[in-house]
Amino acid sequence: MSNNALFKSEYNFAYLDEQTKRMIRRAILKAVAIPGYQVPFAGREMPMPYGWGTGGVQVSAAILDPKDTLKVIDQGSDDTTNAVSIRQFFAKTANVVTTEKTNAATIIQTRHRIPESPLSENQILVYQVPIPEPLRFLEPRETETRKMHALEEYGLMHVKLYEDISRHGHIATTYAYPVKVDGRYVMDPSPTPKFDNPKMDMCPALQLFGAGREKRIYAIPPYTKVESLDFEDHPFEIQKWEENCAMCGAEETFLDEVILDDQGTHMFVCSDSDHCNSRQEKGFRGTANQDDLVKAMEAAQ
Amino acid sequence: MMGSSEALLSVENLTMMYGERVGCQNISFDLWPGEVLGIVGESGSGKSTLLSCISGQMEPTKGAIKYNTRAADMRDLFEELSEPERRFLMRTDWAFVHQNPRDGLRMGVSAGANIGERLMAVGWRHYGNIRNTATQWLDKVEITDDRLDDLPTTFSGGMQQRLQIARNLVTNPRLVFMDEPTGGLDVSVQAKLLDLLRGLVQDLGLSVVIVTHDLAVARLLSHRLMVMQQGEVVETGLTDQVLDDPQHPYTQLLVSSILQA
Repeated sequence: MSNNALFKSEYNFAYLDEQTKRMIRRAILKAVAIPGYQVPFAGREMPMPYGWGTGGVQVSAAILDPKDTLKVIDQGSDDTTNAVSIRQFFAKTANVVTTEKTNAATIIQTRHRIPESPLSENQILVYQVPIPEPLRFLEPRETETRKMHALEEYGLMHVKLYEDISRHGHIATTYAYPVKVDGRYVMDPSPTPKFDNPKMDMCPALQLFGAGREKRIYAIPPYTKVESLDFEDHPFEIQKWEENCAMCGAEETFLDEVILDDQGTHMFVCSDSDHCNSRQEKGFRGTANQDDLVKAMEAAQ
Repeated sequence: MMGSSEALLSVENLTMMYGERVGCQNISFDLWPGEVLGIVGESGSGKSTLLSCISGQMEPTKGAIKYNTRAADMRDLFEELSEPERRFLMRTDWAFVHQNPRDGLRMGVSAGANIGERLMAVGWRHYGNIRNTATQWLDKVEITDDRLDDLPTTFSGGMQQRLQIARNLVTNPRLVFMDEPTGGLDVSVQAKLLDLLRGLVQDLGLSVVIVTHDLAVARLLSHRLMVMQQGEVVETGLTDQVLDDPQHPYTQLLVSSILQA
């Protein structure tokens, strides 16, 4: 147990009171029992604005154990504002060990990425979800979308994909790409890039989704079939890049474009910072990270 | 006219009350395969209430509505069919053409997606096939195929109405409900649309229940006519018979109120 400097013992463990955590755990149990089904829960006000992960934080708080090791990522990165503040929040209120290593974590709260290195059975992935309803943009009525889920009327989801192809020549949806869970419920995988959709399929880790503003929790239990919707003649495809990561040279990771100056110079880097760093520690190098280049830059400074 | 000896839709003593107020009452009729039934009457006479009930959108206060399903024989819409079965019928075997095409179309997606929606709802998953079928249907309703990827908002009122018809007929329904299909259109567009509808109804052997207050529409399209007043059917018979030799005073009034050109 780390006695970190941030810890404040005045808080109940993991901020929420015990009754609230029980209520959320009941919702989680129901969500796990019905994969992909959105379970309403009595979401609480959290000390952060909606859109900053209030749903994910409540789910994490409800499942957190003092022995857990927590990792928080924001768009794959450990060191952006959202990730840092949520990590500090739990260090302060729950005194748990935090880490940036994917393999060392037991709970990973994520905003819109799935780590590149494979997850294991003793890990739980918690997603922050802004809009849980995949049918929302086509059917604004909540009563109607609920009925559509109940009766498995999912033709409308393909109307969106059809429209994509007719406008762009291919399925242009790149994030929040709809999936069918366990052959039954169509689910919004939160705005993760569709690059990550195949990682959800038969994943050994438990995946929990929390939407704070919309007050919904849903889940994919370990080893559950997750299919991305598509057409027979326009099958599902993930994004590809022509370049490799400029820092670690990785070929098969999700890359972010980084603008380097106002002349249009740019490079592509892994969005998963932990994956990129550990590859660099192992000696992998990308084009922008050659030893002579680094030395030259250090000398120039 | 009758392809089969059995009725497609059978309504018995249908009554719909809105609290104390009468929507429509004691209505009974049979609709036969391939038949076009016109329901005429002034505003507030219960035409649309009747149409909502028999198309399964509103449960009547009293009475039975039986439909001859493809699988079984006559089944009561609300007593013997579950909600999923009813909704399935609505998007496959049935079609509903609204007066205002904006009620029946999805305005945010292209014409092709509008036509394809019902196909995708019954499990079509081949983009090319959906698109080909949509193109064929655009052609059938006389819209050029270069409008396939345009939004319905860019269509004229008449085109929107024809698109709505294409979208509804694409799954080869057996029974079509129409609520004032020529309502908001100018006279020449109305005439063209009626011509088109008459052709489609004949070619596809559709059974149609058409609600209208326009006797000219009724005369052109329907085989049989029901005249409604204050929620009740006051006269029924073959269209020409009712219009040329009206028996009930209200029908006489209605027929004589048409402006002679």
